[in-house]
Amino acid sequence: MPKDSGIGASSKRREDVRFLTGAGNYTDDINVHGQAYVHFLRSDIAHGRINSIDTSAAEGMPGVVKVFTGKDFEGVGGMPCGWEVTDRHGAPMQEPPHPILAQGKVRHVGDPIAAVVADSLEQARDAAEAIEVDIAELPAVMNMKAAAQEGATLIHDDLKNNICYDWHLGEEDNDKVNEVFANAAHVTTLDLVNNRLVANPMEPRVAVAEYSRGTEDYTLYTTSQNPHVIRLLMCAFVLGLPEHKVRVVAPDVGGGFGTKIFHYAEEAFCTFAAKACNRPVKWTSSRSEAFMSDAHGRDHVSTIELALDAENNFVGLRTNTYANLGAYLSTFSSSVPTWLHGTLMAGNYKTPVIQVNVKAMFTNTVPVDAYRGAGRPEATYQLERVIDKAARELGVDPIALRRQNFITQFPYDTPVALTYDTGDYNGTMDKLEAAADLAGFAARRSASEAKGKLRGLGINCYIEACGIAPSNIVGMLGARAGLYDAATVRVNATGSISVMVGAHSHGQGHETAFPQVVADMIGIDESMVEIVHGDTSKIPFGMGTYGSRSLAVCGSAMVKATEKVIDKAKKIAAHLLEASEADIELKDGQFSVAGTDKSVAWGDVTLTAYVPHNFPLEVEPGLEETAFYDPANFTFPAGAYACEVEVDPETGQVTIEAFTAADDFGNIVNPMIVDGQVHGGIGQGIGQALLENCAYDENGQLLSASYMDYAMPRADDLPFYAVDHSSQTPCTHNPLGVKGCGEAGAIGSPPAVVNAVLDALNSGGKAVDHIDMPMSPSRVWTAMHG
Amino acid sequence: MTQVSMTVNGKAVSGDVEGRTLLSSFLRDQLSLTGTHVGCDTAQCGACVVHVNGEAIKSCNMLALEADGADVGTIEGQAAEDGTLNVIQQAFQDHHGLQCGFCTPGMVMSAAALLKDNPRPTEGEIRKYLEGNLCRCTGYHNIVKAIMAASGQDVSSIAAE
Repeated sequence: MPKDSGIGASSKRREDVRFLTGAGNYTDDINVHGQAYVHFLRSDIAHGRINSIDTSAAEGMPGVVKVFTGKDFEGVGGMPCGWEVTDRHGAPMQEPPHPILAQGKVRHVGDPIAAVVADSLEQARDAAEAIEVDIAELPAVMNMKAAAQEGATLIHDDLKNNICYDWHLGEEDNDKVNEVFANAAHVTTLDLVNNRLVANPMEPRVAVAEYSRGTEDYTLYTTSQNPHVIRLLMCAFVLGLPEHKVRVVAPDVGGGFGTKIFHYAEEAFCTFAAKACNRPVKWTSSRSEAFMSDAHGRDHVSTIELALDAENNFVGLRTNTYANLGAYLSTFSSSVPTWLHGTLMAGNYKTPVIQVNVKAMFTNTVPVDAYRGAGRPEATYQLERVIDKAARELGVDPIALRRQNFITQFPYDTPVALTYDTGDYNGTMDKLEAAADLAGFAARRSASEAKGKLRGLGINCYIEACGIAPSNIVGMLGARAGLYDAATVRVNATGSISVMVGAHSHGQGHETAFPQVVADMIGIDESMVEIVHGDTSKIPFGMGTYGSRSLAVCGSAMVKATEKVIDKAKKIAAHLLEASEADIELKDGQFSVAGTDKSVAWGDVTLTAYVPHNFPLEVEPGLEETAFYDPANFTFPAGAYACEVEVDPETGQVTIEAFTAADDFGNIVNPMIVDGQVHGGIGQGIGQALLENCAYDENGQLLSASYMDYAMPRADDLPFYAVDHSSQTPCTHNPLGVKGCGEAGAIGSPPAVVNAVLDALNSGGKAVDHIDMPMSPSRVWTAMHG
Repeated sequence: MTQVSMTVNGKAVSGDVEGRTLLSSFLRDQLSLTGTHVGCDTAQCGACVVHVNGEAIKSCNMLALEADGADVGTIEGQAAEDGTLNVIQQAFQDHHGLQCGFCTPGMVMSAAALLKDNPRPTEGEIRKYLEGNLCRCTGYHNIVKAIMAASGQDVSSIAAE
């Protein structure tokens, strides 16, 4: 029976009311009295040396407060990178400076050259047009393989080449790997491009900064998934400000998908300019600016090889990837192709020998960083595509081949540095086969063929590593941050509860799901619990929301803090009931003495905590506890997905006829929200597979800089999805047994779609091994008729 | 500057605007009706959809001056006076038709315009009608389901909670 409250209930989202009535408070809805507006002049040249910038005409324009260039930021720190990757030889990655405004050179279209602060946005825009910039254009470095060649044009003059790092994971001994492949009964090789994407949360980025000369306090309102991370990076590494004088607020945030994790130059600029101009300063990104300045995602070019023995067991896997980092290192960019990608190459399979090689490249493009899945979709795509190709080459059933090679014993140490604590890949595949009615596929294919369409079925599996941790291990791997989280449970005198959390909700429904947990633990109504997030002046130092971590990490901190509250409340209850603390039980909001009918209500205990007249002497008044939680390991959600497509052989048009997801997320707090997360992930994954592509020309011009040119999935591109999360192996190391669900759909769906299209084409008699994403009608048609 | 007057959510309003002031800016900046959102520069995303004389339009693509004398409806005017959600709003909450909420005002306004003309749209008609409204969070599943439910259709057979 579905529950109607607490853990496991599909409680309706309380945050919806404000969003449905226009009462949300997004950053662009915030206006500060006397604010000025910023417009950034951005480079329309991909790579060039700045000879001169003349701002004199702009400074004289109506309403202009001040014009800034890179010169104003000499001596100010640049944008930092939060993860130092060590290369295969033990050397640190090459880490070029990333100034707030360009200094000396421009390195991608959209690189900010100057910023105008004016009384109105229109005046700032008009004045920016009057800035004269003389740039000597240099050859744009666009192709990653060419960029790696000796003698390639240098993007950063002070670096020895354009390679940020040449990294390796897994089996180090090349001879051993070569031997595995030489002795294999079958080797399947595949060249793949994981297309460059733009995250495109519907709310563009915004920053509003104010500074008070009277108190020397700064406030920055910004569209962030992690306000404390922004405060720390901006204060400690960029502007050199005292953290306690800086408040960072991320109010309602209109989607993130990773791209609002990072500390961006624009928010540091606004904070700096608010003091320099002695006025509040506001910047609102246009959508075309977002395309030119939000960190992009994916953009890997890979060759993957899978070795199988005569019984079709996987015996070796080797991948070589070029990963595009763009012109500068965005905050967590360096970790994506390495520790978030190489570590996932074992997938769901017991392949004994794995070697991962990654060259991370600087190019004259927008920086690339984490986007929903971050490294894990790139790993899954390679692995699940090469397995499908192997199945086709060997003439075996793709599900059977996967099942044969599944990891079945847990915990399992992979050859690429992870320990999976739990999972049931066969059980999850069973759920998929039933939910997707795979037995009925042949009949559906016949029906499609009768209409003149080709029908394909694509299967894939994924494993995800969420809640990246623990801090001491990630520190050894190069992270420059801890990856714990924090929660404060503040019980009010009348028994209601405010929970201040480090996680940030920007669509995930924390304001509803987190109270379900606390209310369930105490046995009170969910409406008595409220979540406070997104304001560094209110919440404990937490690391925010990304990597499907909120419930597994911050939720665990909340559970720990609630446990502390309950422990203390039991002491007070024991005093009131004149009983031993060990005999006190808490159920349905009542403290009772075991084996008796004596009890005291939650509200009476909380009131006593704040009106401590009849109170145990050894206990402090009040009822408020904080916990920090640093997980012992990642969590490992896993799943199996099935996609059915129809391909129109006349046009190459692909339509998704059915999409079924079977996921194992461990325990689930709010099934409705979990399903919604999976739907959204699948929507983005189908977008990558069929529609989306961030395209540059050879000169570094961004060809897809608006929704006219970048194909976002629309309602009629997508189907209803079937989601089954009844396969549940709880995480073994966090108190809720939860694993995380935010990224699964985006990780698991692209290979399912591609596998389905190829299955359709092959069923029509056309032996096609591969089509790069996005599988536009022209690419599919060309593959069929080329 | 030119004075513009219109009715917004049943109230008479007026203000001084430049020739280039967009209706979306007038609503947000001068009337503080910030529920109407701006998500793109090219009239593609639909976060800014409002009703002008009963028609759904993208307010980022209309000058405030063009709305002089018009009857304008925004998301702030959709719920009852006492705050009770209307049928479409309630269906969006019941069926988890929103996540981050940024596209939501435009979705609700578009859905209202659709149901006015087509009280029982099919799934396909809803998907087609929403081609001018982008959502990045939901994969559209629960939006389409919510609109079907708001039109009185039984959605219990559609997968998921």
